[in-house]
Amino acid sequence: MSESGSHNDVSENLPGEHGARGSEPAVKSDPFANPGLPPHEYRRQDIDERSAKHSERIVAGLYTLSMLGTIAFIACFVIFDIDKYVYIFPFGHVSALNFSLGLTLSVALLGIGVGSVHWARTLMSDEEIVDERHRADADDELRENIRQQWITGAKESGFGRRRLIRSTLYGALALVPLSSIVILRDLGPLPRNSLAHTLWSKGKVLINSNTNMPLRPEDVAVGSLTFGQPQGLSEADEDFQDQIAKSAVMIVRLKPEDIQDKREADWGHEGIVVFSKICTHVGCPISLYEQQTHHVLCPCHQSTFDLSDGARVIFGPAGHPLPQLRIGVNADGNLVALGDFSSPVGPAYWERP
Amino acid sequence: MKKLSARRRHPLAALVVLLFALAATGGLYAALAPAPKAQADDSAQSLAIDEGKRLYSVGCATCHGMNGQGSSDGPSLVGVGSAAVDFQVGTGRMPAQQPGAQIPKKKNIYSQGEIDQIAAYIASLGPGPSIPTKEEYSPAGADIAKGGELFRTNCSQCHNFVGKGGALTDGKFAPSLKGVDPKHIYEAMQTGPQNMPSFPDTTMPQDTKADIIAYLREVDSSSSKNPGGFTLGTLGPVPEGLFAWVFGLGTLLGIAVWMAARTTKAKKS
Repeated sequence: MSESGSHNDVSENLPGEHGARGSEPAVKSDPFANPGLPPHEYRRQDIDERSAKHSERIVAGLYTLSMLGTIAFIACFVIFDIDKYVYIFPFGHVSALNFSLGLTLSVALLGIGVGSVHWARTLMSDEEIVDERHRADADDELRENIRQQWITGAKESGFGRRRLIRSTLYGALALVPLSSIVILRDLGPLPRNSLAHTLWSKGKVLINSNTNMPLRPEDVAVGSLTFGQPQGLSEADEDFQDQIAKSAVMIVRLKPEDIQDKREADWGHEGIVVFSKICTHVGCPISLYEQQTHHVLCPCHQSTFDLSDGARVIFGPAGHPLPQLRIGVNADGNLVALGDFSSPVGPAYWERP
Repeated sequence: MKKLSARRRHPLAALVVLLFALAATGGLYAALAPAPKAQADDSAQSLAIDEGKRLYSVGCATCHGMNGQGSSDGPSLVGVGSAAVDFQVGTGRMPAQQPGAQIPKKKNIYSQGEIDQIAAYIASLGPGPSIPTKEEYSPAGADIAKGGELFRTNCSQCHNFVGKGGALTDGKFAPSLKGVDPKHIYEAMQTGPQNMPSFPDTTMPQDTKADIIAYLREVDSSSSKNPGGFTLGTLGPVPEGLFAWVFGLGTLLGIAVWMAARTTKAKKS
């Protein structure tokens, strides 16, 4: 057993080494004993009061910077007009208001954050403390004590003896939740069958969303794509968003010989077919129409529908074909709906027929 | 005058009047009637068609057939109109380098004069949309906000909300609209090149097309206003989220590691 310098260095923190010197064999009583904490090291701020003062000034300076940031935030909010744009190098032409508010607010928040971190690291106490973990369960005496108290309490309350009280208490506790069921049930009307029906009905004229004018069959060229909405729906309506979300349609014209599905051809007019614009997967507006392949692609999850074959799903997660709107031409020569969609629009739901 | 008046009952007077009348009618007709088109063989239009047919048979006929009737390699060009020719040849898509899912845009090798001649020939095959005039596609005076609304309704599903383009099925894609000539944007809407649906004047009138062009001009220039700052390519939530997760979170992690790695102890160990 040699006593080398390196051996001493390594054994610095190991227990039981001091007794194991000389000719005695170095038998450790417990080779896995807790080595304990290394000796505490001091920071410059703990030793040097000037250095501590310097840290204090830095922290105070950062907090002051934060205050200035907040004041600058308010000043920028007042000064800059919402329409003012400035050129800032990597970003381009940005809103002066947005940019200055973001910059000053980040200075205000970072000042507090960086200041606090610096305070904690340089000035707050960093003495290592050992707090031993103790048993999580209570000792047997305390447990027995509590058990006796519980038995005594139960006996004194007469809960087991006075059965009338016990039964009525059970009844009262069982009924109380009913009040919340009643009040939650009354939060709004049930959807009834509004999921299955839209604004489209027999005789409603198809309105071109671009011009807000009725569409005529001769307006719709082969290979074109037009978006439509039912007559009488106006953006000023209170329920406009609810209604257009269900009744938006895309109007396309195929060569009649390209339509493979007989019902699709029957429900169209001279090759003009009208389908719901709402994907049957999760209801995204779907209109990535490829006019040569007659495929419509959904931008959200790539469900693909074949408009020449009854809008059959040919790819992707959608579970149903796009609902078709049956159309005809009225006495004025405008395209009209001959009823509601063939099936409920949008994603499936429990009661979906 | 008196002499003429005295002979008005002469037996030949009626004949003379008739001759004068016929001569006057014929002369006036010859002077005022519009020249019949069938005889204008040497007009500029006819020359353009002939010249165009010559260019067509060199550059286009291999796929589209000797008379534009189409073949297994290319669609019929009867009725596509001069606007389609101006778009396809003007953007370099036609003549196509090779068949594929989609013919991409490339360097245009024809002069505008030659394109106009081919367009004149194709237009003579059947009626179709004609090349728009500058007044039609000019964004001057158009309603930019309305154009934005129309663009988001009709175009953004494929071309992205500021015209950056996007992917379609089987290798097809909607190209970026950055820096595209307003005339070509107008013609694309009119004719629906390749898999793009058309938006004819009957469903999207000329002024609304100009609104859309004005909107694209507004969002697609180096001086475009950008309230948010960093656009990250204006590609939408995917790059924005990616940037926030990779660079935002990465920076925070880096700061945390840097802070913990630096000791505040007086004795550096």
